[in-house]
Amino acid sequence: MENIRTFLASDFFYAFKRAPVAIFSFTVALILILSAVLAPLIAPYNPFDPATLNLMNGFTAPGDANAFTGESFVMGTDDQGRDVFSTILYGMRISLFVGFAAVLFALILGVALGLTAAMVGGRTDTIIMRIADIQLSFPAILVAMLIFGIAKGITPPEMRNQVAIWVLILSIGLSDWVQFARVVRGAAMVERRKEYVEAATLIGRGPIIIALRHILPNIVASVLVIATISLALAIIAEATLSFLGVGAPPTQPSLGTLIRIGQGFLFSGEWWILFFPALTLLLLALSVNLLGDWLRNTLNPNME
Amino acid sequence: MALLDIKNLTIEYPDRHGTFTAVRDVSLSVDRGEILGIVGESGAGKSTIGNAIMGLLQRPGRIGGGEVYLDGDRLDTKSYAQMRPIRGKRIGMIFQDPMTSLNPLETVEAQLVETIDLHLKLGEKASQKRAVDLLDQVGIANAAERIKQYPHEFSGGMRQRVVIALALCAEPDFIIADEPTTALDVSIQAQILELIKKLCVERQVGMILVTHDMGVIAETADRVAVMYRGNLVELGTTQQITQNPQHEYTKVLISAVPPSNHRVERFIRVDYQGASDGRVKDLDLESHWLGEGVKRGSREGPILTVENLNKVFKSRSGFLAAAGATTHAVKDVSFAIQAGETFGIVGESGSGKSTIARLVTGIHKASSGQMDFDGQNLRTRPRGRAAVLHRRQIQMIFQDPYSSLNGRMKVGSIVAEPILINGLAKSRGEAMELAENLLELVELGPDAARRYPHAFSGGQRQRISIARALASRPRFLICDEPTSALDVSIQAQILNLLKDLQDRLDLTLLFISHDLPVMRQMCDRIAVMKLGEVVEVAAAEDIFEAPQHSYTQQLIGLMPKFEKPKAA
Amino acid sequence: MLKYILRRVAQSAVVLLVVGLVAFSMFRFVGDPIENMLGQERTLEDVERLRDRLGLNDPFVVQYWNFLKNASQGDLGISFRQGRPVVDILVERLPATLELALVSAIFAVIVGIGLGVYTAIRPKGWLTQFILTVSLIGVSLPTFLIGILLIYIFAVELGWLPSFGRGETVQLGWWSTGLLTASGLKAIILPAITLGLYQMTLIMRLVRSEMSEVLNSDYIRFARARGLTERSINFRHAIKNTLIPVITITGLQLGSIIAFAIITETVFQWPGVGLLFIDSVNFVDIPVMAAYLMFISVMFVGINLIVDILYVMIDPRLRTEGAN
Repeated sequence: MENIRTFLASDFFYAFKRAPVAIFSFTVALILILSAVLAPLIAPYNPFDPATLNLMNGFTAPGDANAFTGESFVMGTDDQGRDVFSTILYGMRISLFVGFAAVLFALILGVALGLTAAMVGGRTDTIIMRIADIQLSFPAILVAMLIFGIAKGITPPEMRNQVAIWVLILSIGLSDWVQFARVVRGAAMVERRKEYVEAATLIGRGPIIIALRHILPNIVASVLVIATISLALAIIAEATLSFLGVGAPPTQPSLGTLIRIGQGFLFSGEWWILFFPALTLLLLALSVNLLGDWLRNTLNPNME
Repeated sequence: MALLDIKNLTIEYPDRHGTFTAVRDVSLSVDRGEILGIVGESGAGKSTIGNAIMGLLQRPGRIGGGEVYLDGDRLDTKSYAQMRPIRGKRIGMIFQDPMTSLNPLETVEAQLVETIDLHLKLGEKASQKRAVDLLDQVGIANAAERIKQYPHEFSGGMRQRVVIALALCAEPDFIIADEPTTALDVSIQAQILELIKKLCVERQVGMILVTHDMGVIAETADRVAVMYRGNLVELGTTQQITQNPQHEYTKVLISAVPPSNHRVERFIRVDYQGASDGRVKDLDLESHWLGEGVKRGSREGPILTVENLNKVFKSRSGFLAAAGATTHAVKDVSFAIQAGETFGIVGESGSGKSTIARLVTGIHKASSGQMDFDGQNLRTRPRGRAAVLHRRQIQMIFQDPYSSLNGRMKVGSIVAEPILINGLAKSRGEAMELAENLLELVELGPDAARRYPHAFSGGQRQRISIARALASRPRFLICDEPTSALDVSIQAQILNLLKDLQDRLDLTLLFISHDLPVMRQMCDRIAVMKLGEVVEVAAAEDIFEAPQHSYTQQLIGLMPKFEKPKAA
Repeated sequence: MLKYILRRVAQSAVVLLVVGLVAFSMFRFVGDPIENMLGQERTLEDVERLRDRLGLNDPFVVQYWNFLKNASQGDLGISFRQGRPVVDILVERLPATLELALVSAIFAVIVGIGLGVYTAIRPKGWLTQFILTVSLIGVSLPTFLIGILLIYIFAVELGWLPSFGRGETVQLGWWSTGLLTASGLKAIILPAITLGLYQMTLIMRLVRSEMSEVLNSDYIRFARARGLTERSINFRHAIKNTLIPVITITGLQLGSIIAFAIITETVFQWPGVGLLFIDSVNFVDIPVMAAYLMFISVMFVGINLIVDILYVMIDPRLRTEGAN
């Protein structure tokens, strides 16, 4: 209770209330995330249940009644008669799941390695940061593709579809830990030189407790900013990989897969099959990005 | 009419909580060849006045009322662009930190020539000649050669001379110097102040010298304006303000300045609006928690001895690079501190005085030498609980009150943490109670425990820092520049508190500072350090009255003199 | 200064060795080369003979050494899928990618720095707000969507520019260029914008934040207090100090343009190495993947060295040794 009151009185919340962009993007992101989570309840059709599909419904334009069945769909249907709105909701589930899981993975790995590098220093620091530097010189998307390719080479062909999502999470997560590690290390190095850390040493705290109890809480803000920006990047990375055909398997289409499918119909006039998934992806990435941008501007000048 | 005339100037900063008035209804005037000192503590609004004259108020600040005239020419109504030909040409400005005031990517010559040519339109050749002359006049030897160098090739003091030369480029009538010597060592400070004074008289320039340092004012200014929270509380000659202050606040300010010519037992009036003298309550160590289980050694003999201590820092630039440069921060240092005394280490930046504190506390490892604390070797890892607790009797108070407290922990937890780690209380509840008790001892209310550090001012934070140090039941307290980040009246309060606690708790203090007048107030004996070496150890009075080593003599000679009659 | 550059060269060599190790490990451990080369009908003797011939029975370090030796002589193995030497395939595809990367890098740097400086100097202007908002949308739009959007507008709806391919190319020795024909120039516009847009946004935002910081620094305040003109403050004092950190990161960005080309090349069916790589990932053509990785890292290291030398040329603090 007291915490809630402190939060409501904080400069952070004050700034939030005064920033229409922040409120807007937070609301949009929240609605999108909620509708993805609740997709089975919201979606009018289950696009993965062949029983509900009717090929006759194929290529119905948004809002139009189908010439054969008379059914109509808010966002139209694709070539197989699947409701685009429903496929988007289910696709977003996969996109968001991959995004969140990849960021969580990158966060744990990056924070652990970054803190270790800052606290231990010396050779350990050099090795961790050199690996990070080398990896950073290659764009995350390329690293993710390489890891994806390698993992594909290792897994037997019959299992590839089953593990595809996990491979995707692993490759995006592994391509993104560097951001966390660098920021955490940088921030922790600054904190480590502060006198409260010397004071903690002096009263008898060991380095691990100092790292977790004293330093970590002081750099949470930077981690939060990076995590938000990373989420947008991870969602885009997933979409890109799936668009290129090296991401989510056809049995579990994400937003990127839907766009890949829709691209084929763009030139023949069925614009909605591409348009709505693309718009959803843009809204999702944009709202998370705006939120991250605002967080960075708000939290950075004064980390208190 | 005076050269600079300020009438009823008000400066406002609108923000989330309404409009903050940084300067209220201030009227001042400065004549040619005169130095007006503006003195005050942080938040007094003294720097704001200088920025307002220049038309360089930081957003969202604005002039809310009043008039500013330079030689009859009204400035406050001019736009930013209209002010441009006046800035640099008629009013020069000197900034605080010479390390960041110069463009690092251009030679000193390029920066001087650009400014000279802009205002005087002399052309390339003549501007270059004038630039060399200016550098020569501000006391840079070999000006013709050094002018080709970049700022990073100059030392701090030399850079400040370059900054002054830049301010003088176009022969301005008026100069605003904003804390021009605060970032410099004492010996450099004296030279720069000498230079500023000389230039003012020779060129008949009027000057506003903004500073928090009464010593600087006493040595340099002709007249003084005292500011408190945006108000001009007193204006008078330097003689009158320092010797016979009229306003209550000025009296407090003057009495809080440590006199350079003698030692006072306590600073008498240290609080302007609250009226407490802040004397620590008496307490009986025999029965108090702080005295429990602490073996009180006899007061005879040394409690800490240091012999031939050395510390070499290696800067390792990792990966493929060979071991980098080494710095010999502490060279063969030996001294012994007697139980119950206050031992001071004084020196300029880079003298190694703070490194010694970190070697004694074990934050840094010594390269060689011997350190003993009350019979325990400090260079080996303590074995067993008793030995560990013994080691914890050395505690430290740090310089920066903002970075020395963990902003994410409540004050109560900060103070209780050492009690809990060292098992000095039976339960968490008892530890919290003890923490509140300690906070009261340093004169913070018990409800301080439930708040976060950012709710406290610098001086209050320093008290929290002291309470945390006391929570380990220390017998030996290291104070590393404990007041150098504080305003002078707060400094006096903290120094009083430290003296009281030392009395009540039978503490031995190692007091580290660059500030000689403060040292004179606090220390029984003083070691003078220069470039890692101790050049002289003597009783405090002897250091000030009869310094033996030539470096000590030099330091004492250059110290800003703020003398007060003994009775004050 | 020489010491500094030599050190950077040494560091680059280490980077190349590490990347080489990764590439080699892929080569060696992912997917069985024997299986790929011999196919279904094989005898144990065949396998042994081939293992021996390929040196697969040598110790790991020896194999790695041989791999590096071969790679430095231009032998990167044979593509599993096409059965041709990887180097030949790469060389054939290289000009397309490099030309695309070059054009979009020039676009990204010029427009990015220009907009960055503008938005830093006029932080409150409506145009600044507009540029910043659009740029944020730009970062949130995945490259492939931008490509599709541009194709839809300029190729499908307006029909001004081609939607795929390089157009006509001219052969200059082994180098085939599309920059000398009208159709080649027309064909590169959309892909170059698509590829450069993201980097342009990043450069712009970086320049803007660095420059705002510089404009708030003491030496700029001091320059103002000396009455210097806004022009001199912005374009003489501030911009040079801004460019120092910008150069490093921009260098990294340019390196990644070549890698990002993968996406653009897929969208526009641009016959470069990126398209080759995505095919190799799909078909697990390990030698091509490994070779591509080596190629990217050589490009990256090269760009970095150039950046370092630029750095030393701009910053006097690095020219005098021993000073920090």
